[in-house]
Amino acid sequence: MLAMNFRGPLRVRIDHKPMPEIQHPQDAIVRVTRSCICGSDLHLYNGSVPDTRVGMTFGHEVTGVVEELGAGVGNLKIGDQVLVPFNIACGKCVFCQQELYGNCHESNSQATAVGGIFGYSHTGGGYDGGQAEYVRVPYADVGPTVIPEGMDPDDAVMLTDVVPTGYQAAEMGGIQPGDTVVVFGAGPVGIMAARCAWLFGAGRVIVIDHVDYRLEFVKNYAPCEAYNFKSLGDVVVFLKRTTDWMGADVCIDAVGAEAAGRVMQTILGRKLLMQGGSATALHWAINSVKKGGIVSIVGVYGPIDTLVPIGNVVNKGLTLRGNQASVKRLLPRLIEHVQNGILDPKALITHRIPLEEVSDAYRIFSAKLDNCIKPVLIPPSARS
Amino acid sequence: MENTAIENTVQDTSQIKGWGVDSDTENDPTYPMKHRNNGEHAGYSWERPPQQQTDVEILHSNERPNVSAVFGTSTPPAGLSGMIRRYAFKYSESSYGHWLPLMLADRVGVVEGYLEDFSRGHVPNVFAERGWKAEWKHNRTSLVKRVLVGAVVATAAVAYLRSGSDDSSAKKERRPRRARR
Ligand SMILES: NC(=O)c1ccc[n+]([C@@H]2O[C@H](COP(=O)([O-])OP(=O)(O)OC[C@H]3O[C@@H](n4cnc5c(N)ncnc54)[C@H](O)[C@@H]3O)[C@@H](O)[C@H]2O)c1
Ligand SMILES: [Zn+2]
Ligand SMILES: [Zn+2]
Repeated sequence: MLAMNFRGPLRVRIDHKPMPEIQHPQDAIVRVTRSCICGSDLHLYNGSVPDTRVGMTFGHEVTGVVEELGAGVGNLKIGDQVLVPFNIACGKCVFCQQELYGNCHESNSQATAVGGIFGYSHTGGGYDGGQAEYVRVPYADVGPTVIPEGMDPDDAVMLTDVVPTGYQAAEMGGIQPGDTVVVFGAGPVGIMAARCAWLFGAGRVIVIDHVDYRLEFVKNYAPCEAYNFKSLGDVVVFLKRTTDWMGADVCIDAVGAEAAGRVMQTILGRKLLMQGGSATALHWAINSVKKGGIVSIVGVYGPIDTLVPIGNVVNKGLTLRGNQASVKRLLPRLIEHVQNGILDPKALITHRIPLEEVSDAYRIFSAKLDNCIKPVLIPPSARS
Repeated sequence: MENTAIENTVQDTSQIKGWGVDSDTENDPTYPMKHRNNGEHAGYSWERPPQQQTDVEILHSNERPNVSAVFGTSTPPAGLSGMIRRYAFKYSESSYGHWLPLMLADRVGVVEGYLEDFSRGHVPNVFAERGWKAEWKHNRTSLVKRVLVGAVVATAAVAYLRSGSDDSSAKKERRPRRARR
C-alpha cells in the first residue's frame, strides 16, 4: 500500500509499505478515506519529538471504511464508515474509566506521560499512522465512531482532533459569562478554540498570531478580534491595556513548541532543541492573564524542561490546565453541534491533496504557503 | 553505614484533625474534564485488556512495570540507533539520560536511513522529499532567493577556504625562511 514515510527532519515521502495486519483481538483495519496533516505533525516533521524513527508513517486524524475486524470487536462491522479519534484508548484502565481518553495507560509502552496516539513517534506508542491507504486501529470498540448519516466527510475528519481540541481548550479555560478570552495561535486549533470560546459564554474573544491570512480568516470565522503580534510591540502590554489593565480572564495556548516571536525561546527551543520547544506563546499567556486567571494549554511541547515564568504563576495565583483532547468524551456533544450547524469545521479545510503528494503537502502546511489553514490528504481509492 | 532513608508511614486520615472538612469536589481543577471515581487509589488493579503478542522488540518506560496491553510495532529498534535507544530506556522519562540519547538515536537513524536507501539501490530525492515543488509553485521568489544566498555563501566559503589554503602554504613557505634568519 501507499504510505507516508518519514526520512528525517523536513524529509517525508510516499512509499510502498506492507499492509497493516490485525495484531490484537480488538484491532480493526481501516481503509483510509481522509487523513489530515496537523500542527502536531509539524513537531515530528521538524525533528523535535524524541524517538521519532526514520521509516515511520505519521497521521492521527483519519476517517475510513472498516475492512477487517479482530475477533474481539463487537461494535463495528465490515464496511462501516468511521471517524477515528487521534487517541488510542483501551476504555478499561482507571484513566479511560474517568473519561481521560487522552491519558490511557494501556496503549503506550514507551512513555507514561502520554497515552497512545496514531502515527506519533515511539514516545506516542510507536503506531504507524493514517497518512496511508490503510491503518491498524487498536481498541476498535472504544475509539472509532460510525459517521452519522448525512455528515460531510470533511466535517467528520475534523471531529477526530481539531474540533474536540479547540473545544476542550475553551472548556479547560473555565470560561464564565462575560469573560475576555485570548487565544494564542490562529492555526486550525486556535481558530476552533476561538469559535468555541463563545459557546461557553465569553464576552470578548481576541486571537493573536503573526500570519495575516489566518488572522483575517479567524476574524470572520469565530468571529473575533485578531491581531498580528508583530504590529503590537509588547504583546503583554497591549493585552493589559486592552483589558483596562486587568489582564485577560482566560488565556489559551494553541501554538505549542513551534512558537515564533522571542529570539531566546526560538534559539533554545527550535534551533538547539535544548528545551521541549519554544514557549513564547505560553510565556505570553501566563503574563497576560489576570491575577487568579486560568491558562489553558493545548499547544504541544516536548518531554524535556521548557522555560516558562513559573514565578508569575505562583505570584499571580494562576491555574494552569492542559491535556491532549479527550476526543471520545466530547464527540457526542460535538457531533450535535456540527449537525445543528453551530459548528462548521469543514470551512477550515483549504487544501485537498492527493496522498501521493505528501511531501508537498507537508511543505505547504508547514511553511504556510498558498494561504493554507488545514490540508487533508486523500488516498487514490477515495478520489472519484 | 547506617541506612538513613526517610521512612514514610501511611497516615490514618481519620486521625488528622479537620481532614476533608473543606473538600469541594467541584473545585477539582480538572472538573468537569473527568468523571472522578478515584480508581487510582486502588492502584494498577483494573482488568487489563488481552495482551498483544509480538516478536517485535518493544522498549518500555521504566516508569511502568510492563508493556501496555496494546502497542505499536512500527520501526523496531535496529542498528546503532537501536543500541542507543535501548540504552536510553534504562533511564526514566524524568531523566536527560533518556531523552538526549533518543534525540541522538533519531539523528543516527537519518544516516542509517540513507544507507538503507542506498543498499536498496534508491537514491533519495531530498529536494522532492522536502517539498520543493510546492515551494517552486507557491513561494518562488523566496526559494530562488534562498538558493542564490546558498550559492553565494557556498562560493564565498570555497573562495575563503582556497585563500586559507593559499595562506597556509604561504606561511609554510615563509616559516622556514624565518627560521633561517
Ligand atoms: N492537546 C491536543 O490535544 C492537541 C491536538 C491537536 C493539536 N495540538 C497542538 O495545538 C497546536 C496548534 O495546532 P495547529 O494544528 O493549529 O497548528 P499550526 O501550526 O497550524 O498553528 C499554530 C499557529 O500559531 C502561530 N504562532 C506561532 N508563534 C506564535 C506566537 N508566539 N503567538 C501566537 N501565535 C503564534 C503560527 O503562526 C500558526 O498560525 C500545536 O502545538 C499542536 O501540536 C494539540
Ligand atoms: Zn492533530
Ligand atoms: Zn485506557
